[in-house]
Amino acid sequence: MTARYLLGRLLQAAAVILVVTVIVFGLLHALPGGPARGILGPHAGAAQIAAFNRAQGLDKPLPVQYLYYLNTLLHGNLGTSYTLNEPVTRLIEQRLPKTLVLTLLSAVIGLVVAIPLGMWQAVRRNKPTDYLITALSFIAYATPVYFFGIVLILVFSQILPWFPSEAPQGDTLAEVLSDPAGLVLPVVAGAASMVAVFSRYMRGATLENLAEDYVRTARAGGARPRAILWRHVFRNSLTPVVAMLGYYVPVLFGGALVVEQLFNYPGMGLLFWSAAQSSDYPVLLGCVLVISVATVIGTLLADIVQRFIDPRVKAGDET
Amino acid sequence: MSVLTQAELADKEPGAITSGARIGLRRFARNKFALVGLAAIIVLVLFCFLGPVFYHTDQIHTNLAQINLPPGGAHWLGTDAVGHDELGRLMYGGKVSLTVGLSAGLLATVIGTVWGSVAGYAGGWLDAVLMRVVDAGIAIPALFILLVISAITTPSVPGLVVILGLVSWLVPSRLIRAETLTLKNRDYVLTLRAIGGTHRRAIFRHILPNAVSTIVVAATFQVADAILLVAYVSYLGLGVQSPQTDWGGMLSAGLTAAYSGYWWLIVPPGLAVILVVCAFNAVGDGLRDAFSVRGRA
Repeated sequence: MTARYLLGRLLQAAAVILVVTVIVFGLLHALPGGPARGILGPHAGAAQIAAFNRAQGLDKPLPVQYLYYLNTLLHGNLGTSYTLNEPVTRLIEQRLPKTLVLTLLSAVIGLVVAIPLGMWQAVRRNKPTDYLITALSFIAYATPVYFFGIVLILVFSQILPWFPSEAPQGDTLAEVLSDPAGLVLPVVAGAASMVAVFSRYMRGATLENLAEDYVRTARAGGARPRAILWRHVFRNSLTPVVAMLGYYVPVLFGGALVVEQLFNYPGMGLLFWSAAQSSDYPVLLGCVLVISVATVIGTLLADIVQRFIDPRVKAGDET
Repeated sequence: MSVLTQAELADKEPGAITSGARIGLRRFARNKFALVGLAAIIVLVLFCFLGPVFYHTDQIHTNLAQINLPPGGAHWLGTDAVGHDELGRLMYGGKVSLTVGLSAGLLATVIGTVWGSVAGYAGGWLDAVLMRVVDAGIAIPALFILLVISAITTPSVPGLVVILGLVSWLVPSRLIRAETLTLKNRDYVLTLRAIGGTHRRAIFRHILPNAVSTIVVAATFQVADAILLVAYVSYLGLGVQSPQTDWGGMLSAGLTAAYSGYWWLIVPPGLAVILVVCAFNAVGDGLRDAFSVRGRA
């Protein structure tokens, strides 16, 4: 049963990645002048473009070209950046770990704050503190990440000189991690909307569980409220939160894009940003592909973890 | 079934629907958060669309003799880096933000509704294919796609609405599909199919009207998200062109000025975005609770 579920879920993820490659391939051909214009640059003449298209097989029908494209992807080839003159795969290899560390730190800190906060709100439902935190989470959700980031820089770097306004620089992950103070503001900026969404979600899940029969039974049996909350309600409320985490992965990467640009953090978001400024299409599309695959894997992991921690989620339940 | 009972049913049905809607509206009216949100939306719309009638400012020509003035005197909220009155600019930019956000949110809801209801109603391989497309779209973060598009082209305002609509219809399509799955096995749909009614009729005359509360709630959240997305597009280089602007454009133009202490260039547009997005989310929450719709927390 479980093995069958895993296999089905893996096949589904593979199908999704295949559709992503179709979308990226479509974007490549939506470029003005097609891929040739993207690679040869805006000053290439019509004759050069025609020659390039013949040499690269770009005069063949689109489905054939798509198969070529898939073939190069399967050989781990994402093309060459034409501004940095390096293989896109090598650029991403250098940057992706740094982005993953930043995103994971934000997510973990966001959850560590959001989960107890949501439970506390549920216990104190409809009291002033519950309303206050609800209002704050609405505001945090509605704040553009770059606006929140600039406010953080102004307050905690300009007015109060506590933290640097720029993230630690360096080629390797170790260099970046060697300066924790520089990571504080980027991580907080990335975690804010996470706290808003997940405290809301945890509050709802906890309220639902507090109304369940098993809580009443435990109470009647004389268990202490704190013990019921942490031993039973906490675990059961976590399941929908984990499922939500899967859907939230793309939002986290989107946030990392803005945070990295704002704090000059040398990750994949910044690479992507500078590639957009210089119309470096191989880098742009390579990054989109890698980020999407990372998102599919993140969603898949959240699904599997959810099944693992909650036996009530049945196999065959549709998405 | 006799003609008489059918007539009775026809008489009863609209009444039953109105009273359902009335109960929901009454519940909505008891929700203070939602009412404050609704009031905030009305005030902001009046501010942006009627405000310029009472508060005249020149938002076309630059005035380099009066740049970066602090709030006070003739300029209640000061002036920006090219001498535009900031309060007038807030109204002028708000028109674009609200119009684009509203249109894009509604477009996304329409696309999502059609896609999701067809997938849920058809089932089988068509459903699987349509929903894998949705999964793939969700796997590509919207900000990344928008930044790629900004490297390719600078769209007009209607073009911007279409682009935003096309990147944000995915979540509503999932909600509507789930709703369609439960509605398509109701007796009235099965009866319609048994007497030879078309699929189109089943979807558009029977399933979607019964999913209307789900659709309205999804649309409200969608508009909130679209307005937030509009605030990002200028930052990503896709925004409307000068001298036109929107709140996001004012924010990203003011970012560097903030280091010089010109707080009035980023705080008002920032608060405006936050206020309007909060307001739409509060109304969405209120509608969802009042009409007991499943969906976003």
